[in-house]
Amino acid sequence: MSVSAYFASLSLLKLVKNLPGGIAQGLIWGIMALGIYITFRLLDVADLTVDGSFTTGGAVTVVLILAGWPAWAALVVATLAGLLAGLVTGLLHTKLGIPAILAGILTQLALFSVNLHIMGMAANKAVSVDKYSLVLSLRYVPAAILTGAIIALVLVSVLYWYFGTEQGSAIRATGNNPAMSRALGINIDNMKLLGLSLSNGIVALSGGLMAQFQGFADVNMGRGAIVIGLAAVIIGEVVGAALLGKRRNFYGTLSFVVVGGVLYYLVIVVVLWLKLNTNDLKLFTAVVVGLFLAVPYLRGQRKSSFARLKKKGGGGNA
Amino acid sequence: MLELQHVSKTFNPGTINEKKALSDLSLHLAPGDFVTVIGGNGAGKSTLLNAVAGVWPVDSGRILLGGEDITALPEHRRAVHIGRVFQDPMMGTAPNMQLEENLALALRRGQKRGLKWGVTKLEREDYRALLADLGLGLEDRLTAKVGLLSGGQRQAVTLLMAALRQPKLLLLDEHTAALDPATAAKVLELSDRIVSEAHLTALMITHNMSDAIRHGNRLIMMDEGHIILDIAGEAKKKLTKRELIDRFAQSAGYALETDQTLLSKD
Repeated sequence: MSVSAYFASLSLLKLVKNLPGGIAQGLIWGIMALGIYITFRLLDVADLTVDGSFTTGGAVTVVLILAGWPAWAALVVATLAGLLAGLVTGLLHTKLGIPAILAGILTQLALFSVNLHIMGMAANKAVSVDKYSLVLSLRYVPAAILTGAIIALVLVSVLYWYFGTEQGSAIRATGNNPAMSRALGINIDNMKLLGLSLSNGIVALSGGLMAQFQGFADVNMGRGAIVIGLAAVIIGEVVGAALLGKRRNFYGTLSFVVVGGVLYYLVIVVVLWLKLNTNDLKLFTAVVVGLFLAVPYLRGQRKSSFARLKKKGGGGNA
Repeated sequence: MLELQHVSKTFNPGTINEKKALSDLSLHLAPGDFVTVIGGNGAGKSTLLNAVAGVWPVDSGRILLGGEDITALPEHRRAVHIGRVFQDPMMGTAPNMQLEENLALALRRGQKRGLKWGVTKLEREDYRALLADLGLGLEDRLTAKVGLLSGGQRQAVTLLMAALRQPKLLLLDEHTAALDPATAAKVLELSDRIVSEAHLTALMITHNMSDAIRHGNRLIMMDEGHIILDIAGEAKKKLTKRELIDRFAQSAGYALETDQTLLSKD
């Protein structure tokens, strides 16, 4: 296919038509990113449990809805299941001394089997919006955007409140300076357990939303969730800093995490519109997140590094 | 107030790096005692403070604080009664949190941390007054991130935090060693003030003999996990550096001159 033929095949109308659906899905990823923000930024832990707990949330939601539960109740149970998954990772880390990143990987691996069990050993399970009353669905995109936005808003408000309380402050202190926290009488093990549980609860909730939105749960739906969440967190921080600058408070930071999720998914919509092979999406995401994670380091390097001295010819004495 | 009974601690037992850090050490602090601790590197000064703070469990012996046996309590539970300032100014505060948030965390040392708001309006006014007292201009920077403060400012804030909720015991682990001389003097002066105003019982490690003599009402010198010198009251007030060095040689059985670099004299 020639270049001109390629561009001729791209229809702007089709892109515009796909954007609302992208926003709805982006909101769900943004909600998940709120969970990842808690571990990555507040607890200073890269928690890989989420790839598993996202699927757990989806699986529990779909199975319960199929069993006749109301969708909202299914989401509550899904959130609890996520809390439990986070708790397992936390216990592996705090009580058994396994490094947090490995503890997350172990739980994630175990969850793959658990998720299959939840879905009755099926790799995926469909839940039709025609037969069941769902919280949101890609068949009704405007409603899905509204629902997603409301849930995100409520969640941002609750998190803003919680991390302003004495307990939430103790969690933030634990991530920021564990030695100080212990010296101030904070049980940092318990704070890590709380943070990891809360984080994975939110991730599972978003998994439950995603399963309803797309109409099915799949055992692989959480693959790469951590990277997508990191992408949302980082995009949100960059855009938030650019738009609000120093006026950005914690509420703004949390809101922009959700915005980051939306922006991330809109980029994906555009990339798909450009007819990139969907199999390359993960590669694309990994490269983008890798670049963003590297930016702060490279910025520092530009100011002071050995390579820079070499370029200058061995510094002042040469 | 604080009582250590026959406390021993060995690091890396049974390995080539085995180090007997505290051996059968006993110490009693009366309420209001302000004890300075000196000794060469590896004498066990920091180990002593860490044993009291509960950074790790001791091998044997008992530790009592205010009559309560705290030997088996983990660090965060002992913190109910113990305020601490570390050598590294970065260690005592949370850099990404606001100044008032740090103080609020310290105000709740040993309290249950529930779902009440983390910093109340009422306490904010107290913080402003306390910070104004420091004379460092921090009273107008309550919402600044602590990471933006200088080392001396952070150490002063840490001191304030350690004493915010009256501790039974204040542990100062060479808390001025990382500061420039002028700032170190200010922080030491502040330490004196806080200890005397709140009638605190305190243990202060220092590498500086003059500081050890000038501050506190009692001085102990450590060597190889033992207390080899314990001088209090009038005798301590009259102490000179020369005398301290001689007494060290007598007690330790070797002259300090050979490794006096470990103790700076000014």
